[in-house]
Amino acid sequence: MDAINNIIINGNSFTFNTGDTILEVARQNDIDIPTLCYLKAVTPTGACRMCIVEAEGTDKLMAACTTPASDKMVILTESPRVIDARREILEMLLSSGNHNCAISSSVDDDWTAFQLKVQKDDGSDQLCPVWGDCRLQDLAYRYQVTGKLPESDVSIDPVEQVNPFIVRDFSRCILCGRCVQACNEVQVNNAIQFGYKGSTTKIITPGDKPLKDSNCVFCGECIQVCPVGALVEKDARYEVRQWETAKVKTTCPYCGVGCQLYLHVQDNQVVKITGAEESPPNYGSLCVKGRFGFDFINSPERLTTPLIKENGEFRKASWDEATELVASKFTEIKAAHGSDSIGVLTSARISNEENYLTNKFTRAVLKTNNIDHCARL
Amino acid sequence: MTNTIADIETADVILITGSNTTENHPVLSSFVKRAVAFKGTRLIVVDPRRIKMAGFAHQWIRQNLGTDVAWINGLMHVIIKEDLHDKAFVESRTQGFEELQKTVEKYTPEYVEEITGIPAQSIIDVARIYAKAEAASILYCMGITQQTSGTDNVKSLANLAMLCGNMGIPGGGVNPLRGQNNVQGACDMGGLPDVFSGYQKVVDLGSRQKMETAWGVSDLPDQPGLKVTQMLPKAHDGEFKALYIIGENPLVSDPDLNHAEKCLDNLDFMVVQDIFMTETAQKADVVLPSSCYAEKDGTFSNTERRVNRIRKAVDAPGEALADWEIICKISERMGYSMNYADSQAIFEEISQVTPSYGGITYSRLEAQSLHWPCPAPEHPGTPILHTEQFPIGKGIFHSIDFREPAETADEEYPLLLTTGRVLYQYHTGTMTMKTQGLNDRAPDCFVEISANDSAKYNLDEGALVEIASRRGEIAARIHISDKAVDGTIFIPFHYAQAAANRLTHAALDPVAKIPEYKVCAVKVSLAAA
Ligand code: SF4
Ligand code: SF4
Ligand code: SF4
Ligand code: SF4
Ligand code: FES
Repeated sequence: MDAINNIIINGNSFTFNTGDTILEVARQNDIDIPTLCYLKAVTPTGACRMCIVEAEGTDKLMAACTTPASDKMVILTESPRVIDARREILEMLLSSGNHNCAISSSVDDDWTAFQLKVQKDDGSDQLCPVWGDCRLQDLAYRYQVTGKLPESDVSIDPVEQVNPFIVRDFSRCILCGRCVQACNEVQVNNAIQFGYKGSTTKIITPGDKPLKDSNCVFCGECIQVCPVGALVEKDARYEVRQWETAKVKTTCPYCGVGCQLYLHVQDNQVVKITGAEESPPNYGSLCVKGRFGFDFINSPERLTTPLIKENGEFRKASWDEATELVASKFTEIKAAHGSDSIGVLTSARISNEENYLTNKFTRAVLKTNNIDHCARL
Repeated sequence: MTNTIADIETADVILITGSNTTENHPVLSSFVKRAVAFKGTRLIVVDPRRIKMAGFAHQWIRQNLGTDVAWINGLMHVIIKEDLHDKAFVESRTQGFEELQKTVEKYTPEYVEEITGIPAQSIIDVARIYAKAEAASILYCMGITQQTSGTDNVKSLANLAMLCGNMGIPGGGVNPLRGQNNVQGACDMGGLPDVFSGYQKVVDLGSRQKMETAWGVSDLPDQPGLKVTQMLPKAHDGEFKALYIIGENPLVSDPDLNHAEKCLDNLDFMVVQDIFMTETAQKADVVLPSSCYAEKDGTFSNTERRVNRIRKAVDAPGEALADWEIICKISERMGYSMNYADSQAIFEEISQVTPSYGGITYSRLEAQSLHWPCPAPEHPGTPILHTEQFPIGKGIFHSIDFREPAETADEEYPLLLTTGRVLYQYHTGTMTMKTQGLNDRAPDCFVEISANDSAKYNLDEGALVEIASRRGEIAARIHISDKAVDGTIFIPFHYAQAAANRLTHAALDPVAKIPEYKVCAVKVSLAAA
């Protein structure tokens, strides 16, 4: 490490590697600088200005996520000027659309009318679908910002509900650009980009078509990174509230990449899946199957009891009866025709522990090496 | 994989063949796409279809179906002729180079063009790009293995990588992408006829004695058993009597399905253990309900040999039990008691008898997943294989000649069929088809055909057609796509109602006994109205 690289943040001195941004140095040292648009491992855009900090000796505020740390820099991350600027940004963002979770600065008829309009836009009388799970809301709370009414002339595109899996709510989009970065620089699906200009700026697919008619492959990376309620899982929208779910970390059951993910569980049901951002190999990325293909778990078609076929029809049986039948049949066939007349197909779908036991059972109990799986198929 | 997924991003050149990566391994494909888009990595795609990845490639070359050995030999011919091979690596780490050199001698770019349809100049270009890379990674999938020459194809790719010193280095390697979540684990754990867990051979007396001691049994069988593709014909002939099928659905996934069906019908006794009443379970005498991944603890090993935990999140429905619990119950009743408190207890036994998993424990996995081989508690795991030497010491070049695929197009069956998957469905669809959105995106079976062929045979987009091979026929709708190349059609194999495997050929690779899903001759005609 270069000994001359020294930066002072909030009165404490830290060393850093040349090229590190102020934000990176701060995060390495557990100093919390709030961000909205910053997305790890992709080109920073500096779009939201939420991460601004004050550098002593300059009158400008600078974005910590795009400014490289330099030697002898003296940085304040929560100075009064910084806080004022952040509050101003937050106020502006909250008033840019249907952010109905905010506490109004003045509760009056206009505010009530606004709330009613939002409910109509949402098609729901509940508060925002990501209430309690939103960066913007967290920051508004942290900096005690109250909501202002949106400018009356902002025309906002209606909620895009026609897609499978993803609902796009442009009214809550703060144009941070994270979804664009995630789609183009993380997943490289190149489905969405910034479109139009000025007050009509919007995240669009080429031709501004719905996602379902675009190059979108519904990987959901954009939902995962969206800091607000502008991109929400269709099935979870209004059905799943973060405070009612528990998260369990596990491995995707589909392809061999083995993505790490969180099952969000509510009332003994998996209701949503998110990528585990801290874990290899996927660092939060998933594909459409891994993220959305979980309905089978709770399908009414799941088998729930052992079944025995009699006269061509299945009937329910107890575990005792079914396993006794299997055990006696195997024993009988083994005695009559030899061990090698029996075979076992194990599975690429079951765990290592289960495959190991299948291997043990086949060789040690059935006494045959006739074991294989359909992985080549 | 010899290398890791993250490692792909450090390659200078990536060669992908027989893998429709963006649809079958989407998250892994992002690593490739990022390398190409942002890191200057050169991408070569060799595939019979103009798959999405071809759009990211610097060079997409299109081989005739079933001609992989020929183009790989062609690359090696050029590399040796132009003296581009890694002589130090060949000298110190390999043997058999002289024979290889002799074998590839006749695979001139012109000769290879005749066989594969790849222009001679492309062979030369690709050979140079691959050979001149500091580190070049090869990724392949079922397109390479599911042929009668599958084993040859894999060995040929290994030849190519060794020839250029691309083994045991970051950004290099020969990397098979496993199609199903725990294929790697099923193989690692002894789900194969010739090996115990950790690839310890059943013919080896020492391995058998070790397992006999660990398991408290005697007389473990000493000859390799039957592969699945051998069991079925034996069932057909009546030699084979009973089958215990766990979590598989061969009645959609097997080649030459009509034949497979007859084989299973001929069994005296069949048990199917699954989470759904699959096509295969319908035929069973006993069906046992098992829990799915979200309902139990355990581990899966991914395609990069990384051992990952799975954790119970919800209760299994009704009386369904974990597969391991069911096996224990049956074993108990057959007079051999298996007592495990939980999956962790089983894993502890695995570590004891499986050297490559010897150092892995649940508590270590809690902190981070590990790549096997990981032989000892303090061992960090092995992200990259073969850095010092190959398991057998020197890497062996296998000199391999091109063989024609088992079936080629002819007058009666003028088109070639290749099968595979689509992004929105998985395997035989038992899991994905429960999600409405996935069905919206990929509702039905289809026949992907080129615009030229559709015109030639007078088939419009959406037309219902019959596709027939020598073994069977199915109906599906025409989908004209620029992914298809003239003369070759593609059908996804997920759909039981129009199971593509009614058409495919059960001809097997002589070593791996893998069926030839990827090449078969068919004809397509409008379905009778
Ligand atoms: S998106 Fe966030 S800030 Fe906006 S209404 Fe929803 S919770 Fe509030
Ligand atoms: S949709 Fe979300 S992630 Fe995308 S720009 Fe809008 S707020 Fe940001
Ligand atoms: S779902 Fe994936 S492909 Fe579609 S827009 Fe979002 S990031 Fe892009
Ligand atoms: S999320 Fe997609 S890429 Fe990842 S393991 Fe699952 S199926 Fe494979
Ligand atoms: S987080 Fe730095 S500008 Fe948005």
